[in-house]
Amino acid sequence: MAAGARPLRLSARQMTGSTDRRWRVAAGLAAVAALAVFLGGAGFALLAQADRTPNLFALASDRYLRGVVLFTLEQAALSTLLAVIGALPLAVALHRARFPGRGLVLRLFLLPQALPVLVGALAIIAVWGRNGVVSDLVATLGFGRLNVYGLSGILIAHTFFNLPLAARLMVAALDGVPAESWKLAGQLSLTPLTTFRLLEWPAIRTALPGATSLIFMLCVTSFTLVLTLGGGPGATTLEVAIYQALRYDFDPGLAVFLALIQIGLTALALAVTLRLGETTPGGFTLGRRARRYDPAQGFVRVLDLAVLAVGIAFVLSPFIATIVAGLRSDLVALLADPNVQRAAMTSGVVALAAATLALLLATPLLLARQALARSASSRRHAAWRGLFELSGSLVLVVPPIVIGAGWFLLLRRVTDVFAAAPFVVIATNAVMAMPFIVRILAPALATSAERHDRLAESLGLFGLARLRHVEWPALKAPLALSFAFALALSLGDLGAMALFGSQDFVTLPYLLLQRMGSYRTADAAGLALLLGALCLALMAFAERGFRPEEGR
Amino acid sequence: MIAKPALVLDGLEYTYDSAPMRFDLTVAPGEWLAIIGPSGAGKSTLLDIIAGFLTPERGRVTISGADMRGVPPSQRPLSFVFQENNLFAHLSAVQNVGLGISPRLRLSPAERQRAAEALQAVGLVGFEDRKPGEMSGGERQRVALARAFVRQRPLLLLDEPFAALGPALRRDMLALLRDLRRQAGTMTVLMVTHHPEDALGFADKVAFLDKGRFVTVGPTEETLSASGIAAVERYLGTRALA
Repeated sequence: MAAGARPLRLSARQMTGSTDRRWRVAAGLAAVAALAVFLGGAGFALLAQADRTPNLFALASDRYLRGVVLFTLEQAALSTLLAVIGALPLAVALHRARFPGRGLVLRLFLLPQALPVLVGALAIIAVWGRNGVVSDLVATLGFGRLNVYGLSGILIAHTFFNLPLAARLMVAALDGVPAESWKLAGQLSLTPLTTFRLLEWPAIRTALPGATSLIFMLCVTSFTLVLTLGGGPGATTLEVAIYQALRYDFDPGLAVFLALIQIGLTALALAVTLRLGETTPGGFTLGRRARRYDPAQGFVRVLDLAVLAVGIAFVLSPFIATIVAGLRSDLVALLADPNVQRAAMTSGVVALAAATLALLLATPLLLARQALARSASSRRHAAWRGLFELSGSLVLVVPPIVIGAGWFLLLRRVTDVFAAAPFVVIATNAVMAMPFIVRILAPALATSAERHDRLAESLGLFGLARLRHVEWPALKAPLALSFAFALALSLGDLGAMALFGSQDFVTLPYLLLQRMGSYRTADAAGLALLLGALCLALMAFAERGFRPEEGR
Repeated sequence: MIAKPALVLDGLEYTYDSAPMRFDLTVAPGEWLAIIGPSGAGKSTLLDIIAGFLTPERGRVTISGADMRGVPPSQRPLSFVFQENNLFAHLSAVQNVGLGISPRLRLSPAERQRAAEALQAVGLVGFEDRKPGEMSGGERQRVALARAFVRQRPLLLLDEPFAALGPALRRDMLALLRDLRRQAGTMTVLMVTHHPEDALGFADKVAFLDKGRFVTVGPTEETLSASGIAAVERYLGTRALA
């Protein structure tokens, strides 16, 4: 019978669990309140400082502003286009070709997202920059050397970070094709073109809106890459402009104005993303290995392998560059450098605190939402559930740099901004990790609720006993994974740090940026290797945790 | 004096996916009632209403004379065995049974002993410390039965708990349930099943549910052999032969 899927209608009066539920909702509301204070504080500061009302007229008349907004949109659109179009043949080849190490390639495609953006930027410069491998190649062919700074560099870097993501989402969509379809294709000996038209393209098309809007969103809010690779008057995005307005020109009015535009833009992009459908969690998994019966032969096979070779080289080269350059630096001296040690210590403390805070905020939020789902009868409950749902992803609309800007302006009035810096950075990093944590925890929680809700109700498992026997076993692994994820995210973050970093408050990415700025290239390369390795190790741990548990 | 009925459903109404359902039924104490009917007839919905997982729009559920309105699932004098997910994967068999004695799982040695004995009663000697992952589907359902009996509640609701088992194993489980009932004294059983043969030789009565209504309720053999009711015979496949 159709049990399980249908909503359970429980009236509030009927539950001894209602006390249990009230506790959970109260804890959830506390988390929402904390978020509201943090995000609202930033918003309040921005609005209180707004001496220029953002209007389209001002936007149209100011050449600088217009240029920044247009460039933000232009680079995001082009980056998205490159990533998605490039990923298409790669995904098809990856799914069709059978070769040893296919799983390894999929895993490789997980790596760019785990890499701190600043490390990635440095790697892109090493491969594609004036003195990079590609430039050498192009130069020997008689062309001029490449210039990686400006739009071209931003596009390459964005493609490096997002093309593998798009490819993985597409492969996940292909994995969703029922096994019978591949059997049928094999039996009917469909040509590769027909297979693409009938099976592959329809599957990939379902992933396209989600993948495109997600990547656009990521590129519109991209900060670190533009900071390192762009930054000139012709290649500045809103986020970088906010940063420059606060840190260099000290023009709070301009920063506020820019921040409001940025919020509007991200909200718009997010609305489109949400409209265009949920992105599957395929972004995280390695996918089932579909058995296909249409082995590519002859020309198609050669083409597949060529596409794969180019794709792998493109994604792998920055990693190799990071390792090679990093090993060339004096790692031992670097590790002994008290500045590096201090930065590492600071980074560790900040990351641990941020990850802990992120879990402390996200878990009550989700438990409250799930508790209300248990009793979704009244409209009021639906609204509350919506509140919990929204709070988890609110950060997507308000980029870290904007939150940072708000607190920067607010704190400036009451205290020394840089004294409060660590707290703001920790909170910002925690909030940044929340959307990801929600995505990791929510499905696990929903599954456990579906399995055990009625059982727990009928046995009278409530309160701590319920937490221990229903939620904890289901959340244990995802919580560890979320923690590792949040750690890595915070360790590699430069968004809030760029604003709040100072001589007294230096994290590893900030130190890396300083060394890059003072042209201590070898040091920078060594630091990049250390930071990259640390984050990748954490993510590898997290990814292992994501594999489904066996048994039940 | 006549004992109060174990269960009375009085004008219960519930709308499931805009399909209206209405249930009226009286079950005598100690009766074993099998509920059969096609998919979507409302069998599981009915059990969920009795157990308190769903709230009826109208009507009343009375168990042993007590009105169940406003009584939460855990306080109702009944136990529920689901088709699957009856056990917690991180708890051993004896702990899973122990949850039926104390939801906080603080078991005194005597209580733990009682849980272990319940396991023995369902034929799981030496299974105390095994986790559900190390058991077969049939063994897991035995643990669930053991817990249901340890709770000593007068009404037992079974929502196709043996549906995933093969015919022989299913008969074993039914026989086990019959024996357990005998030892427990009077326990009223409501058993939803897809297999009419599950009822034969075990259930006292059969209720046939179709499109959210009881079409007929009667002694098992009679109802299953010659009810003369079109919906029942269509479901059983006996109509074409007649």
